[in-house]
Amino acid sequence: MASEPLAPHGPSHGHAAHHPELAHQFDSMDQQKESSTLAMWVFLVTEIMFFGVLFLAYTLYRTQYPEAFLLASNSLNVLMGGINTAVLIGSSLTMVLAIWAAQVNWRKGIVIFLLATMALGTTFLVIKGFEYRDKFVEHHVPGPTFHFEVEHPSPHLQAIAARDPQLEKHASIYFSLYFIMTGIHALHMIIGLGILAVLAVLSWKGKYDSEYHNPLEMTGLYWHFVDIIWIFLFPLLYLLGAHAR
Amino acid sequence: MAEHVTSRKVYFLVFGALMVLTLATWLVAQVDLGWANDVVALGIAVTKATLVLLFFMHVRHSTRMTALTAVAGFFWLAILFGLTIADYASRGSILPFVAGK
Repeated sequence: MASEPLAPHGPSHGHAAHHPELAHQFDSMDQQKESSTLAMWVFLVTEIMFFGVLFLAYTLYRTQYPEAFLLASNSLNVLMGGINTAVLIGSSLTMVLAIWAAQVNWRKGIVIFLLATMALGTTFLVIKGFEYRDKFVEHHVPGPTFHFEVEHPSPHLQAIAARDPQLEKHASIYFSLYFIMTGIHALHMIIGLGILAVLAVLSWKGKYDSEYHNPLEMTGLYWHFVDIIWIFLFPLLYLLGAHAR
Repeated sequence: MAEHVTSRKVYFLVFGALMVLTLATWLVAQVDLGWANDVVALGIAVTKATLVLLFFMHVRHSTRMTALTAVAGFFWLAILFGLTIADYASRGSILPFVAGK
């Protein structure tokens, strides 16, 4: 490209020579894609730090109050959390298959896989909603009506609870982190679903093909990143006290 | 240069591995291994995250610049954790009254 003479912009620019989605400032589709990918990763680095401080807060408080964290964690619904893990990993699969469909020029496939990703993402949020509802009913939401005690404690669990005289207070720290971390994660998914909806419409209109599908690829990076966050949240929030149940 | 197209088979294999590892993390959590519970859980989570990064997020076929940016993100996270935990872990030994011990 660099060896060709520079043509002035205007009606004679000769857009027919390249893909209509290639922006002026790029030499090639590859360069345009590389630029998008790099920028998306810079954004994801800020996301790593954003979630990172929450994981750090979790680490520090759990180290200080291991008993309260263990007992509070056992009040979560591991089955729902586990199903959601599978649902989210499944949605990552359909997301990557949507990009694959674009790469092989199967336009209908793009729409199908994007809709499947949205369906799985919505399933995750619905299950999460039921979990939140349980926590409200149990008064496990930090605030004026917060209440926590170990239900049906075995002698082993009673011994663990006896080691922390301020168990309820420290359990509320666990639940604060639980709601902040899963809440922000869910917010990311809601934003992701909005982006996927737009992409599904544009895919339906035939905007993406094997030559150009940058928005699919970038949304995929975001969606998989949110999946990775959950991959860490599941064992850290749901499974930390499973051995003492 | 066209972008690399990974076959569907690879994606299904990675998906299968992620599901098996999810089951593994649940099974291991049922056994009391003491401090090793966390090591195993985080080890499995890091393995899963790496699979997602390399295959689903296509870092395997990305340019060095992109891979370096991704690594830098986790490197900065390690600095955040390393320095903060070093601070908390050493407070009691250096200034016992600060930690209230």
